[in-house]
Amino acid sequence: MGCLRQAVAHALARDARATSARLMGATGGLALVDLVARTGLGEARAGLAGRSVLIRTRSQMGAAQALVELDGLAARLVLCPPDVAAEHLPAVIERAQVDALVTDDEALACHGLPTYVLAAPSEPVTEVAETRTSEWLMFTSGTTGVPKLVIHTLAGLTGAIAPRAPDAEPVVWGTFYDIRRYGGLQILLRALTGGSSLVLSEAGEPTAAFLARLAAAGVTHQTGTPSHWRWALMNPELALIQPRYVRLSGEIADQAVLDSLKAFFPQAAIGHAYASTEAGVGFEVNDGREGFPASLIGVDGPVRMKIEDGSLRIRSSRAASGYAGAEAALADGDGFIDTGDMVEQRGDRCFFTGRRGGVINVGGLKVHPEEVEAALNRHPMVRMALVKARRNPLTGALVAAEVVRTDAALAMDEAELKSSILALCRETLAPHKAPAVLKFVDSLAVTAGGKLDRQHA
Amino acid sequence: MTQTSIARDDATLDTARNVLSGASLIREAIEHQFEAVARAQDKRLAPLSDDLILLESGLDSLCFAIIVAELEDRLNLDPFSAAEDVYFPVTFGEFIDFYQRAAV
Repeated sequence: MGCLRQAVAHALARDARATSARLMGATGGLALVDLVARTGLGEARAGLAGRSVLIRTRSQMGAAQALVELDGLAARLVLCPPDVAAEHLPAVIERAQVDALVTDDEALACHGLPTYVLAAPSEPVTEVAETRTSEWLMFTSGTTGVPKLVIHTLAGLTGAIAPRAPDAEPVVWGTFYDIRRYGGLQILLRALTGGSSLVLSEAGEPTAAFLARLAAAGVTHQTGTPSHWRWALMNPELALIQPRYVRLSGEIADQAVLDSLKAFFPQAAIGHAYASTEAGVGFEVNDGREGFPASLIGVDGPVRMKIEDGSLRIRSSRAASGYAGAEAALADGDGFIDTGDMVEQRGDRCFFTGRRGGVINVGGLKVHPEEVEAALNRHPMVRMALVKARRNPLTGALVAAEVVRTDAALAMDEAELKSSILALCRETLAPHKAPAVLKFVDSLAVTAGGKLDRQHA
Repeated sequence: MTQTSIARDDATLDTARNVLSGASLIREAIEHQFEAVARAQDKRLAPLSDDLILLESGLDSLCFAIIVAELEDRLNLDPFSAAEDVYFPVTFGEFIDFYQRAAV
C-alpha cells in the first residue's frame, strides 16, 4: 500500500459522503479532506525527509496530523504516548536514533532536537515524495524503566482492517483509548482508511463531557478496554449514545462486562478483540461470550496461533518486526511471538487467565510487581515485600502488597505505618502502581534459589 | 391477640431491626471508605448524598476499584462480581442500595 496520506485520499475518493468526515476534539476538528490535501508544516516538510522523528504532542489530534504528514516522508515515526516520563526520553532518542521532533506545542521541545511545530493544515501539499516505507515505532507499556520500542509498518498496522463496502452505512468512530497506544491507533487507522469520522478525547476531559460529545457526533462505533466500559457504565451520560457496534480490547473481557453492555445496548453488536503491541491484532470474537473458540488455534492464515507452556503464541504478518535499538529477539525461530498472556482451554473454548511473570494489568496499564516491591523496600521499616495481582471487578486487577516489617516496626501503630509506607509509594510510583491494598505478614516464602516464591503466593 | 402471635410479631420486628441496622452499617462502611480513599488518593470528595452522581464525586476509576476491594474485605460483599446484576450503580444512593441488596 502507499503512504497514509494516499490511503486516506483513496478512502475519500471511493465514497462521496466521506468528504464530510473529520477528526473531532473538544476544542476543534480537522476534516479528512484537509488532512489529505494540506500541510501544517509548510516548507519545513522537506527537512523531515528521511529523518527519525519523535512525535510528541499535547493533543491526540496533533499526533494524528503528524502521522499523516510524516508517513512515507520520514524514515521513522516514533509515536510517544502522553504518559511517558521525561527521564526516559534520552534513552528513547538514542534507541530510535531520533534526529527531529514534531509537536503541536513548542514547550514540548526537548534535548536540543530540531523542532518542527505543527500548525493547522492550511497550505496545499507541495510535491515532496512520500514514497518511503516508514517505520512506525510504538512504545510498549509496563516495562520497568525505559519503554521498549516496537517496529511496525503501516501495512502491518492496517492488516486486520477489512475494506469497507462502498454502500455501507457511514461510521462515526469513538474511542476511550489514546491513539498513541496500539489499541487507539487501530481505531484512528480504521477511521482514516475508511473515510470515517473519529471523536477523540482531550487530556483531563471528564467522562461525562466526552460522552456528551460522542452523542452529539452521533457515534456509531465505540471502543475501549473493559475497564473503560465499566467506568462508562457508571455514568448516566452513557445513555446518550446509541452505538451500533461496541468493541472491547486491551484486557480480558469477562462475561459480566459483556452481559452488562448487551443489557445496556440491546441493539448493538458487541465484540472483543485480542491484540498486543508486539503481535498486532490477533482475532475478534463476536458471539457475546468471554474467551475465544478453541478452533482458532492452529488454523493457517495471516495469523497463526498456538499455545505453548500455557501462553498464547502468535505468528502474524501484522506483527512487529523487532525492537529498535535492542538485541532482544521478538519472535522465536519459527516466527512466533510469545504474548505472555496465559490461556486455559476448557472444552471448545479458550480463556485468558492472566499474564506470565505475574505482570498485573490495572485497567489496561501493566505493572511489574518487582518495580512496586522495590518502592516498598525503600521504606526503612520494610524488611521485604511481595506484590501480586488482586482480581477487581472494575479495573480487572489491582496491586496488592504483603509486607514483612522490621523488628523495630513491630511496636508501631499498624495503621500509621501502613499510611507512611503507602505515602512513600505514591510519591515514587504512578497512581495505578501504588499498592491499593497492603497487609502485614509475618514471613514470605522464598524459593531454593533465594527468590521470592511467586508461584505459591 | 394470642401470646404466640405477639411472640411472632416480636420476632418479625427483630428481623426487621437487624436488617435495618445491617443496612445502616453498610451505609456507614461505604461512607467511611469513600472518605478514606479520597483522603489517601488526595482527591476532593463531593458531599455524599444519595443523588450524588458517582462520577461527579471527585473520585476516579482507580479510587472506585480500591473502594470495592476494601468493601469486599470489610463486608464480605462484592456485588460488582455477581453475574446476575448487569446494571451498574450511577448515584451514591444506588451504590449503597447495590450493596444492601447483595447483603440480603
